[in-house]
This record gives sequence, structure tokens and C-alpha cells, in this order.
Amino acid sequence: MSLLSLKSMRTNIGQYAVLHDVSLEVPEGGVFVLLGRNGAGKTTTLRSIMGLWKPSPGSVVFRGEDISGLHTADIARKGIAFVPENMGIFGGLTVEENLILATANGKFDPARLDRITTLFPALKTFWTKQAWSLSGGQKQMLAVARAIIEPRALILIDEPTKGLAPAIIDAMAEAFREIAETTTILLVEQNFEFAKSLGRDMAVIDDGRIVHTGSMKDFIANKALQEKLLSLSA
Amino acid sequence: MKAITDILGRYGGVNLLPVAVAVLAFLVIGAPSSWVTLTVAGLAMGMMIFLMASGLSLIFGLMDVMNFGHSAFVSFGAFVAASTLAALSGWLGADNIALNILALVLAMAAAIVAGLAGGWFFEAVIIKPVYKDHLRQILITMGALIVAEQIILAVWGGTPTAVPRPAFLEGAWIIGDVSIEIYRIFAFALGLSVYIALGMVLGYTRVGLLIRAGVENREMVESLGFRIDRLFIAVFMLGSGLAALGGAMWAGYQTLISPSLGAEMMIVVFIVVIVGGLGSIHGTLLAAILVGLLNNYVGYLEPKMALVSNMILMMVILLWRPNGLNPAIK
Repeated sequence: MSLLSLKSMRTNIGQYAVLHDVSLEVPEGGVFVLLGRNGAGKTTTLRSIMGLWKPSPGSVVFRGEDISGLHTADIARKGIAFVPENMGIFGGLTVEENLILATANGKFDPARLDRITTLFPALKTFWTKQAWSLSGGQKQMLAVARAIIEPRALILIDEPTKGLAPAIIDAMAEAFREIAETTTILLVEQNFEFAKSLGRDMAVIDDGRIVHTGSMKDFIANKALQEKLLSLSA
Repeated sequence: MKAITDILGRYGGVNLLPVAVAVLAFLVIGAPSSWVTLTVAGLAMGMMIFLMASGLSLIFGLMDVMNFGHSAFVSFGAFVAASTLAALSGWLGADNIALNILALVLAMAAAIVAGLAGGWFFEAVIIKPVYKDHLRQILITMGALIVAEQIILAVWGGTPTAVPRPAFLEGAWIIGDVSIEIYRIFAFALGLSVYIALGMVLGYTRVGLLIRAGVENREMVESLGFRIDRLFIAVFMLGSGLAALGGAMWAGYQTLISPSLGAEMMIVVFIVVIVGGLGSIHGTLLAAILVGLLNNYVGYLEPKMALVSNMILMMVILLWRPNGLNPAIK
């Protein structure tokens, strides 16, 4: 059984239909990459899963339960974390406060905190600094750290490499590999080099429809398909 | 503008503005005794406006609700406190400070309870249907303010209502040739206590952390698993309760109140919220003190310019800092 199933999901934003027919099966474990051009519907897919925009009709089934009608907070409590494209950092709060807010009972689990500070040592350095003063890469680290401060079954991550320096992207890839050992990641990405280094399974969305699903290995091997779906040069 | 910002930043930033205004006023006024009296009056007035405006700032910042009906709670607080004090007039005039204090505490508690209950009703019936619709929020809350004014007219009548003061808050302390009204000291101390209490709640509790985070990004707070809509109700009630307390204090300060009190205070309260920066308690305090001081200094030097001075202050601050003195969102 898949961890997450999207069934004929359609989402309208105002009077515009953004997702027309999104059906997707995300298996448990590893990194599932959702690729697509600008405006194809990648972010809308993630926001619809989180209930920030309500899909209608269609359903979102997580661990066998239809969560499409639930409030965003209730969806999050089912074990889904969301790292939005703009990172969603609370700039006026310190690094510590950003993280403690995401804990279930306002207390850190020492083992998880230790894991996070090992993955992202910079967070320890800026522990008491307000988050607005962090660099773009550090903010992204904080956003990802916040998503894993509690055990989650699924993390939705929207374009984490956008605007980051190559060295930071490499560190981020390393962190994602480690996180994916225990948690499923649904990664939306335009940076194909980054995506292909991480993805086990993948899908391509275009004009609000899933136009391809399969293994990343096969997709990497098929240059013609890459060219056709993503306009990547062969 | 950048040069001014840099110089201010080096010596304490916007926190120095009230000090700068006070020093400037000292140079212009010349007479130290008048300056002290005006400064104390300005600080007391600022603290009472802070009580009225702090809740609105949080409501604005967290809920994105333009509540023009907020000052209705100021009016209700003032009239409920006035009625309670009138009912307990025997205690107020008694030669027993414990009874004096008890009457005052009961009057303030009655105003706060009226504000909390009114806030709950207002949020559930008037605000909830118009979330995310600013135009309808303005129309419906302006309408609610008019209705509230009419309810006050129907219950308390149109003639100004006298507000008795407890005996221990009457009179003034005379230090040299300076006279300081005791009520002003009390208003300042109460406002400062509320500011410290709010600061503790916002800075050191989980609910405070949620409010501060919600002011910045409501969606993200929900994505972390918190029902922020439930927090909205609590914040709205808190804001309304504080406004009612501010109204009660203002009633005691004026000693004569009319049903148009809320509408009269609305402009000043909104100026303070905008100048301070949305969602910021510290910004609201700074702006309220600035408005209080400026009102008293200008009222002394050029009485006709008192209200205009607030408008000019708002224009200058917004030209310099479009998001206010100390906005919650950096």
C-alpha cells in the first residue's frame, strides 16, 4: 500500500483551475520527486495535500485514511510536515523558538535535537539569534530542521535549492539522504541535477496533470523523455 | 532618512524617540514645573491609550481583521466601570482605603468581564463571517460601532455621566512647585504593569510564542499542527478586555463621559496601532507614549493643533518607517 495516494485531485484557486487531474502514488520510504516546469502545478499539489487549498473533487489518502476534508492543523498532526518554497520561517522568533514551536509538547527530545544539530551545525551557532538575521541557506536548514524535530511519516518539501549556493545545496542533499532513511520525502524540485541525485521514484506534472511516473533511474536513462517533458537538453 | 536611522540605531533606536520629544519640549516650554506636569500627564495618557490599542494591534496583526468597532469596547468599559463605581459610591467615599481599593478593583474587573464577553460575542457573530474580506470588515465593524453607541445611549442616556473616583486617587503630590496628580501616576503604573505582563506572556509562554508566530505567518502555524482559529477567539477577547480596561481608566481620568467616547478615541487608537507597527506590543507602547506626550505638549503650546499633531506624527513616522516604529514582522 502507498503511503500517500492522490486520486483525481482537482484544485481551483479563485476562478482558475490549477490542478485538473492529479493522481499519484507515493510509496513509503526514500525520496519521491515531483518535477515540472514553472506553473505546472507542483506547489499547488503540495498545498492541496496540506489542506491549504482544498481539492475538489478528488481525494488525498494518507496511510489509508482520506484526509482531503481535514483542517491543515489536523493533517499536520497525522504526521505530515511541510517546508514551503518561501521556507515559512518566523523571522521575529529565535532559532530555538522556531524549533520549539514545532515540538508536540514544547520540549525537545534530546536525541532528535542532537541529530538536528549534527545535520545542521550552523543552527547551534545561531541558536539565540532571530531567524530573520540568518542567511538563505541557514533559513532553509532551519525550515528542514523544524520539519524533523518530531517524528514524521512524510515531509513535503517545495524547491529547497532555490537561490542557494552550490556548497549549501550539496550539504542539503546530504541531509535529505539521511532524513530519507527514516522518513518519506515528497520533494518538488526544478533543479534536475539535485533531484536526480536523491530521487528513487518520480513523477512529472504538466499543466495540472501528471504526465509521467516511474523510477528516477529509468528517467535519467531516457534523455528523449527528459527533453520532451522538462525541455532539458539531451 | 538613512542618516537619521543610523544615528538613532547607534543610540537605542526608536526607543529614544519619546525621550527626544520630551527633551525638545523642555527646550521649547522653558518652565520646568510645567514641563514635568505635562510629561507626567502625557505618560499617563499614553499608558491609557496603550491599554486601548494593544489588543487591537494583536487583532490586526494576528487575525488580519480591521476592527473599527474596537473602540465600542472602550465605551462599554468606561460606562460599566462608571456604573459600578456609582453603585459602590459608599465604599469610594469611606474613610477606609481597603474599601476604596476594593471598589476600584471591582469596577475594573466588571469592565474587563464586559469586554471579554463582548469580545467573544463580537468575534462569533460579527467578525467570523467576514474573515479575509477587508471591505466587509470595515463596513460591518463601523456599523457595529454605531449600534454600540446607540445601545449606550439607550441604557445610560445622552447626558454626560459623572465618574466618581476613589478617595485615595484624588488630589496631587506637590513636590516644590510641581504638582503631580495621583490618578496619573496610578494610570501610568497600571499601563506599565499590563505592558510587562503582556511581554511576559508573549515572550515566555507557548501561547505567546504561537501568537508571535501567527502574526508573522498564520499558514505556517497551522502547518505545524495548531488550530489558529481557536487562538483568534482568545486574542480577540483579550484585546477587547484590555480596551474595556483602557476605557475604564479613561473614564476615571476624564470624570465625565458621553456615549461618543469610543468614536472619539477610535482615531487616536488607530494612529497608535499604525505608528507602532502591526502586532507589536512594544511598538504600540512607544507610539502610545509618543502620542500622549505630543498631545500634551502641543495642547499646552498651541491647543488647536493637538489632534493635528497626531496626524502629522503618523505621516512623518510612516514616511520614515512605512511598517511602523517596531513592526512584529521584520
